[in-house]
Amino acid sequence: MTEGSLHTSDAAARKLRKRYAAERRFRLYGACAIGLAMGALVLLLVTIAWRGVPAFFGHEVTIDVDLDAALIDPEGTGDPEVLGRADYSGLVKQALRAEFPDAQGRREKRRLYALISNGAAYALRDQVLADRTVVGTTFRVRVPLSADADIYFKGGVDAASAEGDRRLNDDQIRWLDRWAALGKVENRFARRFFVGGDSREPELAGIYGALVGSLWTLAVTLLLSFPLGVAAAVYLEEFAPTNRLTDFVEVNINNLAAVPSIVFGLLGLAVFLNFLELPRSAPLVGGMVLALMTLPTVIIASRSAIMAVPPSIREAALGVGASPLQVVSHHVLPLALPGILTGTIIGMARALGETAPLLMIGMVAFIVDVPEGPTSPATVLPVQIFLWADSPERAFVAKTSGAILVLLTFLVAMNLVAVVLRSRFERRW
Amino acid sequence: MTATSATQLRSPLYLTKLTTRDLDVFYGDKQALFSVNLDIRKNQVTSLIGPSGCGKSTFLRCLNRMNDVIESCRVEGKITLDGEDIYREGIDVVQLRARIGMVFQKPNPFPKSIYENVAYGARIHGLAASRPELDEIVTSSLQRAGLFEEVKDRLEEPGTGLSGGQQQRLCIARAIAVQPDVILMDEPCSALDPIATARIEELMEELRENYTIVIVTHSMQQAARVSQRTAFFHLGIVVEEGETPQIFTDPKDPRTRDYITGRFG
Repeated sequence: MTEGSLHTSDAAARKLRKRYAAERRFRLYGACAIGLAMGALVLLLVTIAWRGVPAFFGHEVTIDVDLDAALIDPEGTGDPEVLGRADYSGLVKQALRAEFPDAQGRREKRRLYALISNGAAYALRDQVLADRTVVGTTFRVRVPLSADADIYFKGGVDAASAEGDRRLNDDQIRWLDRWAALGKVENRFARRFFVGGDSREPELAGIYGALVGSLWTLAVTLLLSFPLGVAAAVYLEEFAPTNRLTDFVEVNINNLAAVPSIVFGLLGLAVFLNFLELPRSAPLVGGMVLALMTLPTVIIASRSAIMAVPPSIREAALGVGASPLQVVSHHVLPLALPGILTGTIIGMARALGETAPLLMIGMVAFIVDVPEGPTSPATVLPVQIFLWADSPERAFVAKTSGAILVLLTFLVAMNLVAVVLRSRFERRW
Repeated sequence: MTATSATQLRSPLYLTKLTTRDLDVFYGDKQALFSVNLDIRKNQVTSLIGPSGCGKSTFLRCLNRMNDVIESCRVEGKITLDGEDIYREGIDVVQLRARIGMVFQKPNPFPKSIYENVAYGARIHGLAASRPELDEIVTSSLQRAGLFEEVKDRLEEPGTGLSGGQQQRLCIARAIAVQPDVILMDEPCSALDPIATARIEELMEELRENYTIVIVTHSMQQAARVSQRTAFFHLGIVVEEGETPQIFTDPKDPRTRDYITGRFG
């Protein structure tokens, strides 16, 4: 051993090794933490996708319906109103009886009808109204199967289990197998899911109504919270004097950001519904409640974006004789905008995923119609998910996951927009 | 290029542009300037020298009321521009800052194009009625700041992409585009290399013809080179003020002598 200097001695080398070991350990911990988080995320997404993607498809069966002109349009007027009033449900049932004449008793017939969705009659009517020439012919039409039959084809029914344990009895399974053997059953992309409103029949339920409700609600939230939030942030950062009052306001804004969202819902119930008597279940009120909830987030994000604008820019603008308002509107706001927008979009994404406060103001109702404006009754995506998750029908399990997929897609898209905005408009100085 | 500003007659007599009388400045409880009395002469360069923290920059920022932005700052006494008290009630600070331009220690161009940087001041004060007029102001300001030849082909490029020396000249062009009477410069060369510094010093000599310049500097050589008058600040008071050659060759106060000979500072 040579005599080392202070930094080359054995003791120093040992210390150095320990330092490197500590660093390696630290990196390992970090990698483990990220690995765990990624694993959990992948697991979540895979499970939801596994369950949710089948909701985007539905089995349909092709049946031949005898469109007897005497039943549909006895006088041969061709009047759409007459055509629309005809008993298509009866025609579909008649077609089913013709297909399976072995279904005899009342109970058995009802089992047969249960294979087809209630929506089949509407599908038939729509096609007849679209093309009146089919009246009087034997018309081949594709109609959705009922949710139970759909689940059978998706592999959700064990035909070997005891008859009493399943939703379909042996006859029903036999009929379905016949259809399948004849190649009449098809698994098709379910447009209904994306363009339809809610329904008690799982195979007919769609999320479009909830989606439109969410968009109206978010529009109201954005219109209220963005201008208010930015104006408040600009005033607090650029104009307000520092004193007890502004300190108090600042502390309270930070506190409001941490208030549980259901409290805002109760506030909305008490003030907007009971005191101001605004319409119940409406996106207008939902948006106002969510705006209250998002406001602190927008203010805090905007303030930090404004604070990040270097003071030298303000001095430069003041130095050439810009008024304080010009300093803000010409220089500070444009430079802070990417940060403000990022904060706002993240706040909006949070509002999009919010359920609890909307339950308080009645946006939890079962609503079939697609909302037409901010005051028509509506529900929103997360509440729709909550409603479906709460439904007893098994087919709603897939619907729930499907709706979650749609919601997640929107959230990811919004966050992506935030990232793109930030990188596109970020300025260096 | 003489078309944009009336060339001042160079009279042997000097005119006083800015005066301060019994100027006291406080930051909260701390007093930064003590009873400063100073006359700034028209069409001359006045240097403010002194050790760090002596109040030079504070004094400079009082002259265009830049200190208003600092909440704890309190100014007492009197400052006049062409005989008018700039701290009296009802004075328009925006107009005052248009008359007294400022160039800062660190070049701070707006993160906009070179053209926009220069045009901004002229535009907000409505100095140009049309786009060609604005173009003319931008061109002549850049020419007077000695930057035009270097940037004439890339006026639309960001001002922040220029080198440090060019950025500082851009800031000077931005200040003169507003056509002020006075230009305040707060250590304009402290972030620049000697070549860029020399370029800006030349520029000051040229600008003196049309403007009154007050410059804060840490470099005594610079003060000696560019200014006609020099004021030495120490601990918030003006120790000595006079003709630059006199201050540097024959200071009256022992503290001035110590400072300029490098005994302290």
